[in-house]
Amino acid sequence: MASPRAVLRRGFDRAERALDLAFGPDWNPLAQLGPLGWFLYWIVVVTGIYLFIFFDTGVTAAYGSVKWLSEDHWWHAGVARSLHRYASDLMVLLMFTHLAREWAMDRYRGARWFSWVTGVPVIWFVYLSGITGYWLIWDQLAQYVALTTTELLDTLGLFGEPIARNFLSPEQLSDRFFTLMVFMHIAIPLLLLLLMWIHIQRIAEPATRPPRGLAVITLAALVAGSLILPAPLQGQADLATIPQRLGLDWFYLGLYPVIELVPAGVIWAGLAAFTLGLVGLPWMPPKPDAPAAEVFLDHCNGCERCVADCPYSAITLIPRSDGAPFRFEVEVNPERCVACGICMGACPSSSPFRRAGGLITGIDLPGHPLAQLRAEVIRAGSELAGGPGSGRVMTLACGDGAGAVPAAGQVHVPCAAMVPPSILDFVISRGLADGICIAGCAERDCQNRFGVRLTRARVARERDPYLRERVPRQRVLSVWAGPTEAGRLSREVAAFSGRLAGLGAYDKIRPLDEADRAEALRATSEPGTAQ
Amino acid sequence: MSGRWHHLLLGGAISLVVVLATAAFSAWPAWQSLPADGALLRLSFTVSGARTCRDRTPEELAALSPNMRQAQICERRRMPVRVELEIDGRRVLAEDLPPSGLSGSGPSRVYRRFELPAGTYDVSVRLRTDPADPGFAATASRQITLEPGQNLAIDHDAGRGVFVFN
Repeated sequence: MASPRAVLRRGFDRAERALDLAFGPDWNPLAQLGPLGWFLYWIVVVTGIYLFIFFDTGVTAAYGSVKWLSEDHWWHAGVARSLHRYASDLMVLLMFTHLAREWAMDRYRGARWFSWVTGVPVIWFVYLSGITGYWLIWDQLAQYVALTTTELLDTLGLFGEPIARNFLSPEQLSDRFFTLMVFMHIAIPLLLLLLMWIHIQRIAEPATRPPRGLAVITLAALVAGSLILPAPLQGQADLATIPQRLGLDWFYLGLYPVIELVPAGVIWAGLAAFTLGLVGLPWMPPKPDAPAAEVFLDHCNGCERCVADCPYSAITLIPRSDGAPFRFEVEVNPERCVACGICMGACPSSSPFRRAGGLITGIDLPGHPLAQLRAEVIRAGSELAGGPGSGRVMTLACGDGAGAVPAAGQVHVPCAAMVPPSILDFVISRGLADGICIAGCAERDCQNRFGVRLTRARVARERDPYLRERVPRQRVLSVWAGPTEAGRLSREVAAFSGRLAGLGAYDKIRPLDEADRAEALRATSEPGTAQ
Repeated sequence: MSGRWHHLLLGGAISLVVVLATAAFSAWPAWQSLPADGALLRLSFTVSGARTCRDRTPEELAALSPNMRQAQICERRRMPVRVELEIDGRRVLAEDLPPSGLSGSGPSRVYRRFELPAGTYDVSVRLRTDPADPGFAATASRQITLEPGQNLAIDHDAGRGVFVFN
């Protein structure tokens, strides 16, 4: 039976495929949840600043000013208020979808624990920002939120005077309360911004801006939605009465009915368990160890390609330490390395043609070294039926895409970008296959962030290391497909095989010598012996 | 229709549906926090309990420097405050409120809410600040009429020593 994670992942993949059709892979909102969250944050900030121009702090002035801007000036300030509210609501929706998706894609454990754990306080601060905002309006919903919140906080026994006493009667509420709430409603989102910044510190080139087209679509939809369904304003708060029936914002206030129905101790215990459970999730259980990339200085000239390509900022340039005539060498931070192998694919020393001594590259993956990859492609080539020119396709598949299930003639790698372009050259020029299919993650979102982009650029000869000119471009097929698209991958490979058969055999084959082939086959049948 | 226009229109339509669903869920369905004929009675006050004091003996006073010779010596900890609330003769609250603070030197505090159907009630409330006192330091009995949705607060004015119905 499939695990809940696998079921959810396939569910996301299917939903994302549908959205690919509507938005295009590069604008797919489910693949842009983080950048969209940032975009919504800035919409909330800008509209909040605009609303502050018209907002009065005071027991009666607060509600009066919100009513004025919502009704008399609905066409600018009212729309800004609706945008402020709906963008905030969407942030909650996006945040939990983002959380579920990262869990489903297993991108929260191992070296990625930092982003996960620092995301947990972001949840709290999003809620605190929203809840303090609701108080400011001072309508009946605000009164309900203020009373329920303070009564819950009082159960902690942290405050000398029960803070719910502030709402005992109209006389006990002063204008200064609104000044305090405005301060909190500004300070908390600023702290939220700091937390969001920390949240993205351990990834290279963090995406904080959605593609322009998606941003336009999102903003236009928010404006249209704000005009069609303006944010409601409930009756003015009156502490001589108690709100009875309320239109709740279920995104931010969904827990409030539960607070009314369940003892406070249960609420606090539940919130603590939720928070601690989320924080501890990366270690329940921890991700199986994949050894971090390893640097071999004898084969490294400090060219920086791996530094530029690492999606997790796990590789840094440091002064040369071995006396070699180069200024720099690279250093891997094992705490940040997820063992995707993209660095190995970027290293110009990663050439399977070199056979003098052991096959060692400048930066290698101990769990899946270049020598093993070389042996695996030789083995996969030997598994393909037919001879040169018959349309034999070798598939180099990442473990997170449509080619995740092992099959004859396939080589599995942690990420498509782990494969150096020289491997493609090696397969074609040694006649191991007539063509190569690179089966990576879905185009919209690579499991290792940059795998799709880097592989494309290298194969298109736009980014170093380039695919050599002698490798005919028509003998390389890239299929970017998610785990539910195995059928499409099969169809594309079959069609590609047909096209290759039409091309005939590659005319510059220099066959592998039999001793080399035998050694590779022996190495792949005895794990750990490939050198 | 070219690809990007298709994405703008179809993606925009889907985004609008999501925004409208978000807007709807932002205020609907309504939550009935209190029954339509319900009202709320809240009792909340801050009152300091008495301290246990005794007179210093002449020997104790003589041992002190002249500027320190206070006639009484009191324990830092205050007594708990007894509060009782009856609604239509039914005791709904009878509690000894401990003093606040690490040393128990602060006032006793209470905040309780009682949801009641709208109607007329006889309410009696009393508090005792010194357990040794056989009576109550403050008492109040009143007939109140609660309208649907009314929020009535009973506070205590420590300066005047009386209960206040707001």
